[in-house]
This record gives sequence, C-alpha cells and structure tokens, in this order.
Amino acid sequence: MELEPVYQVGQLSTTGFLIASVIKVLIVFLVVLVTVAMLTLLERKISAWMQDRLGPNRVGPGGLAQPVADGLKNILKEESNPGQAHRVFFVLAPMLAITPAMVTFAVIPLASPLPTPWGLVEMVIADMPIGVLFLLAFSSLGVYGIVIAGWASSNKYALLGGLRAGAQMISYEIALGMSLLSVLFLVGNVRLPEVVWGQQQLGLWFAIPLSISFLFFWVSAFAETNRLPFDLPEAESELITGYHTEYSSMKFSMFFIAEYAHVLTVSMLMATLFLGGWDIPFWSGDNMLGMADGTVVGAAPAVWKTLLTLLAFVVKTGFFIVMFMLIRWTLPRFRYDQVMDLGWKLMLPALLTVVTVTAGTILALDSAGVAYGLVYGLVLTAVNAVMLGIFLLVLDRGRVLSGGYARQEKRAHARAVARFHREEFEVGHGAPAEG
Amino acid sequence: MLSQILFYFFAGVAIVSALMTVTRRNPVASALWLVGTFFALAAIYTLLGAFFIGIIQILVYAGAIMVLFLFVIMLLNLGNDFEPDFRGTVWKVMAAGSALVLLALLVRVVGGTESLLVATGGVDLVAAQVAEYGVVGAIGVPMFLDYVVPLQVTGLLLLVAVVGAVVLAKRDV
Repeated sequence: MELEPVYQVGQLSTTGFLIASVIKVLIVFLVVLVTVAMLTLLERKISAWMQDRLGPNRVGPGGLAQPVADGLKNILKEESNPGQAHRVFFVLAPMLAITPAMVTFAVIPLASPLPTPWGLVEMVIADMPIGVLFLLAFSSLGVYGIVIAGWASSNKYALLGGLRAGAQMISYEIALGMSLLSVLFLVGNVRLPEVVWGQQQLGLWFAIPLSISFLFFWVSAFAETNRLPFDLPEAESELITGYHTEYSSMKFSMFFIAEYAHVLTVSMLMATLFLGGWDIPFWSGDNMLGMADGTVVGAAPAVWKTLLTLLAFVVKTGFFIVMFMLIRWTLPRFRYDQVMDLGWKLMLPALLTVVTVTAGTILALDSAGVAYGLVYGLVLTAVNAVMLGIFLLVLDRGRVLSGGYARQEKRAHARAVARFHREEFEVGHGAPAEG
Repeated sequence: MLSQILFYFFAGVAIVSALMTVTRRNPVASALWLVGTFFALAAIYTLLGAFFIGIIQILVYAGAIMVLFLFVIMLLNLGNDFEPDFRGTVWKVMAAGSALVLLALLVRVVGGTESLLVATGGVDLVAAQVAEYGVVGAIGVPMFLDYVVPLQVTGLLLLVAVVGAVVLAKRDV
C-alpha cells in the first residue's frame, strides 16, 4: 500500500508537548505500579496452578485484592534496622534498586501515535535518539541497589548475595548487549520506534530472522532480572535470601517491586525488539516509516488503531511475563560456576560468532542490492536457522536432541563397564557362596 | 533559558559530588559520589546535544566500571572501612601537584577569549556530523573509517591488559 506523510517528529507545540508528557508520565507510572502489584499475584496464581494448589483466594474476588493486603502489611509492619549496618547506605540501597527500574519505561513505544485535536501525540514518553542505549544503561544501574544492600547489611550472606549479583549482572550485560547488536545492525538506528518500523518494513518480526540472537537475549534477560534459574544472588537454600536478608517491611518490598518492574521492562523490551512492538501481524494498516529528514510516513493514524496496537503490545508483553513465571516454576537453580561458565565460556564466544556472521550476511545482502523486505528477511532467517541448529547440536552433546538411541548406547556401555568391574571383583574375592 | 538553568544545576551537582568524592573518608561513599559526578556530566553532555557520549558515560562508567570499583572496595576493605588513604607528606604533595597540572590544562582549554573548541571550528564540525550521520553515527563513522588503526591498536592494548591480568592472577598458566 502507498505510504503518505503522517507527521514530523516533534510536531506538537512546546506547551502541548509538556502537557502531553505530564499526562503520559502520570498514566504510565500509575499503570506500571498497578501492573507490578498484580504481577505478584499472577506469579502466585501461576505457581499454584502449576503445583495443583489454589493460591491466594481469600482477599477480594478470587484473591484479586491480595496485593493491596500485602502492601498494607508491608507498610504497617515494624522495620528492623540491624545495629551493625551502615545506616545511610542501608536506607539508600532500596531506593537505588527501585529508581532505575521505574525510569526505563520512558523510552518504550507503547502504541501507534494518537491523533488529538492539538496534534499527533506519540505513544512514548521520551522519544530519545538513543532509546536502546538508554534502556541498557539504566537497567544496568539496578545492580547498585543490590550490591550496596549486600555490603551495607554487614552480614556475610547478604554480602555474598550482593557480590554474586554484581558478577552475574556484569557478565550477562555483555551477552545482552551483543545479542542486541544484530537488531541494531538490521535497523541501522538505536531509536526504539525505528526498531518497530523496521520490523514492519521487513514484514517479519525480528524473532524469526534473528532467532539465535533472540534466544541469547532471552537467556541473558533472565540473568539480568535475577530470576530463576539465575537467582543466585538470593539463593535461599545457600544464602538465606541473599542481599535482602536484613531487610524488612517496606524496604524489602521495594526490592520486590524493583524485581517485578525489571521483569515488566525486560518483557516490554523483548516484545519491542523481537516481536514487533505494537505492530499488528499480517496487516499493513499500522505500518510507518521514518524518513531521513524527520518526516514519518505511513497509514493515517486513528484512535481505534492506537487502541488496537496498544492491545497487541500488551498481549506480547504478557506472553513474555507468563513465560518468565512458567520457567521460574519449572527449572531448578544453576550452580554458581555453571552460571559463570555459561556466560563467559559459551555465550560470549557464540555471540561473537553470531554477530560476525549476521553482520557479514547483512553486508553481503546490501552489496548484492537486495531490497530491505521479505527476501532479505528470509535469507537472514535461513542463516540464523543454520547457526541455531549448530549451536543446539553442540550444546546438546548427544543428550536430548539425538534422543533415546544415543542414550541407549551409553547405557549399554555403562552396563558393560559395571559387569566388567563386578567380574574382576569376583575373580579377586571368589564368587559369593551359593545358597 | 531553560537549558541555562539546567546547565548551572548539573554543573553545581557535578562540582559538589566531585568535592564529596575526594573528601569522604569511606571509600564506598566516595565511589557513589563519583557515580553522581558521572551522572551530572552525562546530563551536561546531553544538554550539549551529545546524546551518545552522555549515555555511554552512564553505560560504561556508571554502569560497568564503577560497579567493578565498588566490588573491589568491598572485598578489600572488609572490616576496616575507615582507614585514611593518605599517609604522609609525599602523597599529599603528589596529589596537589597532579591537581595543579589538571587545573593548568583546564585553564588552557577554557580560558582566553574563546575556547579551543570554538576556535578550531569544532562546534560546527560536530553539528555537521550529527546532521549527516545521526547521533551514534557522528561518533561511529569517523571512528571506524578515519581512525580505524588507532581503534585496533587500542583494542590490542586492552587484549594485552586482559591477558596480563589473567597471567598475574594465575601463576601456573
């Protein structure tokens, strides 16, 4: 379909922009806080469902008011302040944890632009030219809260938790950034709306042509949010509860909120980067494209389109959130050395290869004059599928993918070895007496 | 007007946090004030239109390097957090000397009737680059086209540093 000029970036008047921004900030902040509260309930409901229990069902209809009760309890409970703690840092740490988690929502495009009588309002709070980098930078700051909390508690378990968190988040930040590179190569820009438009132009969501980057991004996202199977920093069977061992009442709650806010951010980010953001699949009525001079062309915006795209975005984000929870209640925790090995010895070299191959493919496609579109995407899909296949085969080492046959051989071998040892033993000690 | 107010605010924050960084006795507090300084600097870069430098300041310095600093401080200082660092006149003289050299550099760059950046036409050059290649490209294009050899040499230097660290840490490699 034909694309027509829709709007100029930064079209609103200064006053209009300020008013629109204030309204957007208020709405997004409130919605995020309520969503985070409901996520705690969702987590408990999902875990209950997976373990064949009922879950919270006493407060409100079906337990819906449980987060309110939890919040009240946390505010009203007595705070304990350990005497040996470094007072200032002890109070500062929860704030440091929660602030970055709450800031990152500012750059995520939530829906297609909304037409109002005063001009077109973009559905992103801050459309920064460095959106992706802003997100990476601020989500990496969350580690301060955890490290400081661990140190300020003057408790060896808390300190160990904080140190683990620091090491883990720094290690996986590298994998996170590297897997992001393929997306940035393909879009050629670090603005998040451009990432969404790029996927619309390609006709494929980046999860398909960049499947292996998507896999790595997802795994490192788990590590960055300190969720199971990467929750080493709080590993309750080893460290009591790690960095927040000494925290109680609302201070503990702030760490808790920060964790769920991180889950929400990362889910939104993955939806935007790899599942097309607010794009509605198989429909070009919402497509947009940014031009070099700052004009944006595309289908005419409408209120119903904004609402529909917002719904698409919520569904995609919800998918990742539910996956986060399903995986948390399915997999056991890694050992610490396994986490470090996975990050440094497996993901980093693999990602270096992936980045090189993807960049090479994109360069080759551009040199060959292939237009940015479906064919372009399919070639990348094929290349990524091959890489993903090789990676999974190497990772598997004949355990799962090759199936029962490989295991049968191994078992036969183990049986033969055992029989050999038994016979040797019997030769040395004489056969056991009969009867 | 608004950007003037913001500039003076962040410049003030930067100076105060920098002073706090060197006057705190607790190394963890120093490190956190240094992070504050980085943030104020990043804000000033952003006000100047250098979005990329600003965010890299946060991403690299605040997000990665200072976390490692904190890490090391916490591991080294377990138990005696408030040990004074400067022990003796020699250290104090050396610190004052370094500060003077830095001050002289600052006067050279900022002082005079117009700054070096303006005198060499740097402002216009930066604006032209940003207009042509975008915020990230203005750094990336010159770095990977015109200065690719220095970049590779820097990379080699970092590799040597990493290998050196591994060799030092593991004596029986």
